[in-house]
Parts: sequence; C-alpha cells; structure tokens
Amino acid sequence: MIALPGKLRRLGILGINQRNADYIMRYNPRSRFPLVDDKLYTKKLADQYGIAVPELYTVIEIEHDVRQLCERVAEHRQFVVKPAQGSGGNGVLVITGHIGKNYVKSSGSLMSREMLERHTSNILSGMYSLGGVPDKAIVEYMVQFDPLFEHISFQGVPDIRVIVFRGIPVAAMVRLPTRASDGKANLHQGAVGVGIDLTSGVTHHGVWGEELINFHPDTGALIAGTEMPHWPRILELAARCSDFIGLGYIGVDIVLDKHLGPLVLEFNARPGLNVQLATGCGLLHNLHKVEALSELPETPEQRVEYARNELGHAPAAPAES
Amino acid sequence: MGIRDLHLKVLVIGLIAIGLSICFYKVNTLGLPLKPGQHGEVWTIQARLSFQGSTRPTKVEFAIPNRTPGFVVLDEDFISGNYGLGIVEEELNRKAQWAVRRAKGRQTLYYRVSLARSAGADAALSYGPAPRYPEPPSYPEPYDSAIRAILEDVRNESADIASYTRELLVQLNAPNPNENVELLRDRASNSEQWVYEIAEVLKGARIPSRILYGLRIGDSVNHLELQPWLQVHNGQRWLSFDPLSGTQGMPDNFLVWRIGSEPIATVEGAGAAEVNFSVTRNYREVVDIARQRSKSAASRLMDLSLYNLPVQTQNVYRILLTVPLGALLVVVMRNLVGMRTFGTFMPILIALAFRETQLLWGLVMFSLIVALGLMLRFYLDKLMLLLVPRLAAVLIIVLMMMMAISVISHQMNADRALSVALFPMVILAMTIERMSLVWEEHGPHEAMLQGLGSLAVAAVGYLFMTNELLTHLVFAFPELLLVVLAITLLLGRYTGYRLSELHRFRSAVRSQQIP
Repeated sequence: MIALPGKLRRLGILGINQRNADYIMRYNPRSRFPLVDDKLYTKKLADQYGIAVPELYTVIEIEHDVRQLCERVAEHRQFVVKPAQGSGGNGVLVITGHIGKNYVKSSGSLMSREMLERHTSNILSGMYSLGGVPDKAIVEYMVQFDPLFEHISFQGVPDIRVIVFRGIPVAAMVRLPTRASDGKANLHQGAVGVGIDLTSGVTHHGVWGEELINFHPDTGALIAGTEMPHWPRILELAARCSDFIGLGYIGVDIVLDKHLGPLVLEFNARPGLNVQLATGCGLLHNLHKVEALSELPETPEQRVEYARNELGHAPAAPAES
Repeated sequence: MGIRDLHLKVLVIGLIAIGLSICFYKVNTLGLPLKPGQHGEVWTIQARLSFQGSTRPTKVEFAIPNRTPGFVVLDEDFISGNYGLGIVEEELNRKAQWAVRRAKGRQTLYYRVSLARSAGADAALSYGPAPRYPEPPSYPEPYDSAIRAILEDVRNESADIASYTRELLVQLNAPNPNENVELLRDRASNSEQWVYEIAEVLKGARIPSRILYGLRIGDSVNHLELQPWLQVHNGQRWLSFDPLSGTQGMPDNFLVWRIGSEPIATVEGAGAAEVNFSVTRNYREVVDIARQRSKSAASRLMDLSLYNLPVQTQNVYRILLTVPLGALLVVVMRNLVGMRTFGTFMPILIALAFRETQLLWGLVMFSLIVALGLMLRFYLDKLMLLLVPRLAAVLIIVLMMMMAISVISHQMNADRALSVALFPMVILAMTIERMSLVWEEHGPHEAMLQGLGSLAVAAVGYLFMTNELLTHLVFAFPELLLVVLAITLLLGRYTGYRLSELHRFRSAVRSQQIP
C-alpha cells in the first residue's frame, strides 16, 4: 500500500515539503512569482528574448470586450482560450473548428457562441485564477501537434515538461492527454505521464493515475521507446527560459508543433512532483549534483550538454549509500 | 531530514523554555492546578468576641494569626460596628485593636479569616528570633528536688535537645507516672497550666521554650478551643512538640493563632471578653484559591492572568485560545499527513461551530447544508452568473437554508438544530463554491475527498478544542502557546515526506523494481 520513507529517500524522491522549503523558497525569489503566474506577461517576455511561443491572437481584458471575441478571432478556425493567471490547465478551452454557428471543442462536443463568451467572462471574473483575482483571457494559436503524437495521444495537445534547476534541465516527461483528462495534459486530471531520458530523448514507460503502463489507455499504441524529435533544441529552449525568468527551480512546458517545432507554452514556479512518477526516479539525485556544482556551465548549450552527459540515463541506483 | 537551522533551534528551545518555566512557576508557587475542575479545602474561621459594654472609652485588643505555617490566608475581614479598627504587628504576633468612646450593652466584634493549605510549613514554623538560654529558676521545695530528679533521669536517656525534650515529655505524661511526676502534675489544674509547668521544667534544663496557641481545624465546628503547643529551640531552630505526648512536629491541620502566653483578648474599660471560634469548611476551585493566594502574596503574574478579565471576555478567550491548538492540528494534518481540506483554516472555524452544535449534529447539519448548497450551486451554474454575484447568491441561499433548518427543527421540537445559526455562513458559502469548482474541474471523487478531509479535520479539531484538559491548560497557562508556537515553527522546517506521499510515490518504488 505505501512505500517506506527510507526507500523513497534512496530513490531520491523529492517530497512536497522539501520541494517548498529547500528549492522553491531558496531558489525562487518571491518577487518573480507574479511574472510566471501571468502567462500573458511571460509570453511577451519570452517573445522578446527570442523564445518561440504560440502566436497571440488577442487578449480580452474587460467584460465589454467579451462580445467582440468572435469577431476578433474570426480569421482563425482554430484557437485556444485560456486564463492569463490560471493554474493546472484549468479554464483552458481548445476550439478546433466551427460547425455552422457553433464551435467544436477538442473533445468533439459543440459549443455555442454564448457558451464561449460565458467561458471567457468566467475567466475575466477570476474563476480560474489563483486566489480568484480578476483575470485576462488569452486567445492564441492552437498548436498543430506533431504527427509523432498522433497515436499516443487522445485529443488535446501533449506537452513536454522539463524541470530546470539553476538553468540545467534535471528531468523531463511528456504528458499525453487521454479521454479521461478531457484533452488536458495534467496528470492529476487523468493524463498519462511518460518519462523521457535526458540523454537520448527516448521515452520509457508511462504512468496513468496509479498504474504503470506501456500502452496508451485510449489508443492502445506503444508509449515506451518513442524518440522525441528536436530533443536538444527542446532542452536548450527550456534552459534558455530560466535565464530571463530569474527563477532557480521551474517547470517549462513545451509543445511540439508540426510546422513550428518546439514552442514554449508556459512556466511553472512550483512544478509538481509527478515527473518523478513518470520517470520512475527521484529528482533529488540530479538536484544534489547540480547544487554541488561550484560553477555552472555558461551558455544554454553547455548546460544542455552537461545535463545530457551527467544527468541522463535514469540513474538506476544511487552511487553512494 | 532537514531541520538544521541553528537559529531556529535556539529560538524553539528558548520559546519552549520560557513557556514551560512560567508554567512551572505558576504550578509550584501559585498552586495553579494542571487539571481542570480540581477543588481544594478552604476553611473560614470566625472569631467572635463579646463583652459587656460600658459608658467609658473602651479598647479591645485581640490576637489574630500572623504567619500561618501550612496555610495561606486567602481573605480576612473584621466586623467592627462603630469601633475604630487598627492592626498592630509585633515581632511574632499581630493584634487587632478596636476602640470606641462609649459602648453600652452587649458588644460583639468579629474577625474572619479564610485559609487554604500551602506547602512549606516546616520552615515557616520556626520563625522568631533565637532566644537566650534561660537561667534555671529556683523552684520551691519539694518541687525542686522532684524536678532535679526528673531532669537527671531524662538526661541519662537522651543525646540532644530534641531527644531530651521528647523523653521529658514522655516521662511527664506517662500513664503510670512516678511520684516525682505525680507531684508536679498535682500543681496543674488544667492542660493549659500543665504546659506552663512543662515549660518551667525545661527552663531547669536551660532549654529555651515557648508556647504556641492554635486551632486544630478539620470539619465545620461551631465551638473550637485554642490549644497550646510546645516549641523548644535547639540552637538553630524551633522544634515543635505535642506537649501531651512528646510527638515531635505539628499536625498539619494545626493553625497557629499566636505565639506566647499573653491572653488572647484584652478589654480595657469594659467587662472581660468571651471569645468563641467557629470553623466552616468548604471546597473551592483550586484556580480560585491560587488567585487569592497570589493576591495575598502580591504576585504580579496573576494580575496579568486571564482570570482577571471580565467574565464575558474570559469566555471569549476560553474559546479563542483553543484556536492555536486547531491550527497546530491543521499543520500536522496538512504537512505531515498530507490531508487535503477546503481552505487552510476552514476546518477550525467549522470545529468552533461544532462546539455549540455538538459533534454529531454539527456533522449532520454541515453536510446537509453543503449538499443542498451544492445542488443549488449547480443550478446557479446554468444561469451563467459572474463570480462575485454568484458567491453572494450562494451566501444568501446558505442563510435561507440555515433559517429553514432552524424553523423546521423548532417546529419538530429538535431544539438542538437551532444552533445551526452559529455556523459561519461565509465559510459555508465559500466551501460550497470551492467544492463545486473542484467537482467540475477534478471530478466528484476529488471533491468528496476534500470535503470529507475537511470534515475529518474539523471533527478531530473539535475533539481537541473541546478537550477539557487542553482547554484548561491553555487558559490557565497561556504561556503554553509559546510551546505550541515553537512546535509550529519546528514543523515549518519539516522537509521530510508526508504520509500521503508514501502512498503517492509507491509506484516509483515499483517501477524501480521492473528491470
């Protein structure tokens, strides 16, 4: 039923208390938090630093503009509406097309214009934002996901989460939406988490809820052993983000677009610990290695190099102890 | 496991040390009880003086207890009528002086003192200056030779002043006395005089002695006589002896009223006084006794205690002081166990409401309101309302439901359910709102889990916060909050796994075992 603390310790599993006290509190200055919490701001900032992000179509800031939403996005058949300060994928609405006057959600169900407007207005009222503060709604490019994911994903956009510590990627997983997760890529909402080896970019087995799986629960396709395309670029993108974000311990969410390649979706200043379930190994071993570095490799390329050489190949057992 | 910050450790140890030492002082010196509802004996002794008044100026002197070894004076008062009252402190004794210009007819004066037991009787019993060794008096014959013979006998069978005195008292009070003792006994007509005789004999051995008068108090008694008790000085301190048996020490219910053999009451200018002592014993809360004790000991600490607040404010603090206990529980439940609740301290507020409704009713009514509220909230969802108006609507609905429950249950004579009015309705409304959001976003399973988690924490919190011992402890010893604070600070640096994580990450252990 439960694991012994000693066993978890040996696996290097990072607990939530330790993550908060030893990493978030120590490496993430409070003053930078609003920055990551506001996706609109990070999007613009990332754009300035030449980081590829999904194109911003429009921003709805006041209730009055909600009714203009449909006109503003009229030229795009597909788009995503999401709260600027949302968390955990809540409030993200993916529109994949129209049928007559209605919009088609990623799940295939229809949505009237009124429902779309109401959803947007809910976002503005702060329904999905942290602490319920009034929010803005971002309308942006819907990522055309890479054909690679066609068989191992059920609707929605699979994304790659890279945990970056002091600018160095320390763990990565790909999150595959399932029928149960309603197209969302969050593990606690039912998405499948699949660990990726940092060195090779090849996936191993997945985790779905409590289960260890090798096949996608909806499509039945084999998950393990898929190689991520553009793997070094993905890691580099993640490593570069941490430079301008100014946070020592972040999660970077990256999606793979069919045409545009890796795009940064958002940042998380308190990345969850599920990546450990997906990779089947704890974060602590890599975190300790990076913490012990007296001098960090300078450029993002060097840091990725370091990660791929030193931190990959899911350490089966700790060297010491 | 990482509680390593030295600064924090010092702070924590400091807080615990301060908290516990104030607590220790209050228990040991002021006698505040660690357990609630303890009662201690309190004796009220009333001395009644009566005499025939005259037309001349009258002055009455009455010895009153000065130091009371083994007892602590909680309260004393005088009923003096139209007499002027003064209190004179002498080296060993205290006197009340009443004076009046004229007093006709039967006069009655009262002195009343309330006492409780206290520790440290032995040291206090020995107060008073060290006396000089008395010159042996010259007794008239035939007593002189009798006394010499007795003293010689005793000297042979004793080693020091204590054993000498004991032996002497045993011989003098022997059931089958020899003729020498018999001779002496004939001189004393009552036991009081007999004690004087004994003191005289002791002088012959050059042992300084004095006589105490006191009351043996126990049950409530209407007439009580002062009894003499004997003390001898051994060069360092006064030792007490039962003059009639030779037993060393003093019974623990012996209240020393005065030291020395002067009369207890004197009246100038009127008839002699009759003195009557009566004792009533009753039981009072130990806390009250401690308060009065500290008042008479002029301890500032009790002035700063919550017991000095108006009763209404006290009652408020009785409840408020349990909140830190609840907060500590929430910390443990969330950071050590990893339980999920709606809102950080919502369960405590619910637990506070349970105080009034009692646990079972509280749980039933809370669940009822939240369940009904959720249903209506899902209906409101259809109306597509904005956040704040929707919250306000839920709040209004919650209040209406509370009213309905109160009115209906009153009709059904289930008055217990009236206390539903004490539920914090804003908290209820927020709970409903949050639960419905979790329901929509994470499914009913998660919503139920968090709901039940909140209720479980609230229920455990209720048990903690209504625990008689704990509530008494924090109220009588608010400094224990420093200890609670210290534990909370310590838990704030706990970076080990939560209990729930042992479950959550178990698959990581399993996947490791797959080759």
